[in-house]
Amino acid sequence: MRVAITSTGNNLDSTLDPRFGRCAFFVIYDTDTKAIEFIPNPNKEATEGAGPASVQLVAAKDVSKIISGEFGMKIKSLLDSLQIQMIAIKEPDKTINAIIAMLETK
Amino acid sequence: MNRRRKCLRKLLEPPKIKGFSPFGGEINENAEPINLLFEEYEALKLCDYDLLTHFQASVEMNVSRPTFTRIYSSTRKKLAKAFVEGRRLNIEGGKVYFDTIWYQCGTCHSQFNNPKMEIPINNCPLCNSQQFVIVGVDAKPDDVKSDTAGICMCPKCGFEQPHEIGSPCMERNCPKCNALMRRKPREN
Repeated sequence: MRVAITSTGNNLDSTLDPRFGRCAFFVIYDTDTKAIEFIPNPNKEATEGAGPASVQLVAAKDVSKIISGEFGMKIKSLLDSLQIQMIAIKEPDKTINAIIAMLETK
Repeated sequence: MNRRRKCLRKLLEPPKIKGFSPFGGEINENAEPINLLFEEYEALKLCDYDLLTHFQASVEMNVSRPTFTRIYSSTRKKLAKAFVEGRRLNIEGGKVYFDTIWYQCGTCHSQFNNPKMEIPINNCPLCNSQQFVIVGVDAKPDDVKSDTAGICMCPKCGFEQPHEIGSPCMERNCPKCNALMRRKPREN
């Protein structure tokens, strides 16, 4: 299963980006192979439609969960129809490392 | 000209299957499948399975009665086409939202929803804890309007004025320098 996490930087010590559409980087984490991939977000500076464009980007990576700080109205319906689970973390100072560690706790 | 923004149709839950394919007889394998939208599936279900009237069904889907009838008639045309021409039927897409329930985990305090409603959630998807509570049902699209309140600004001279709901900033001219206005990006 693949999980997308929004990140402020391109290393594991960077913190979670509270915005989804205009986050700096997407981290694609594969829970089976433990592979981690950083993708720079091309929609970071977009004036409009950053959310739906970002959804397309991560949906192409075949993720089933997205972890971010907040989700806008335009994407909620889009993610509903794609059946992707949204997880909103209300603590913005969590690092990517900590989130991945939480995903691994069984 | 701006395209008309379609009102989102509400779905109670997504269909259990992804489509149908014909069997027996002469099947043209190369024929394009018919794409039935989620809202069209829901219209058929409410009307002919739950036996609601068009008016009751339109209230369920949060659209007007004429819109519902349009969706329903498009469903019947698509189904008839698929049956007569023996084409495959895919159920996907459409401008829809679901009645999503949001949960909050008691251990990691994250909030999450459950997109696959037929499978109940037992564990927090993040930290696997079993302690979580329902915090609320997703807001109806009426609340989208509050999202449009904001400030229009001129990208040239920096003039700002409050946004008027119903008139897109990009179609208005700055009263000072006549350039096209923009929405001011939110600070965060």
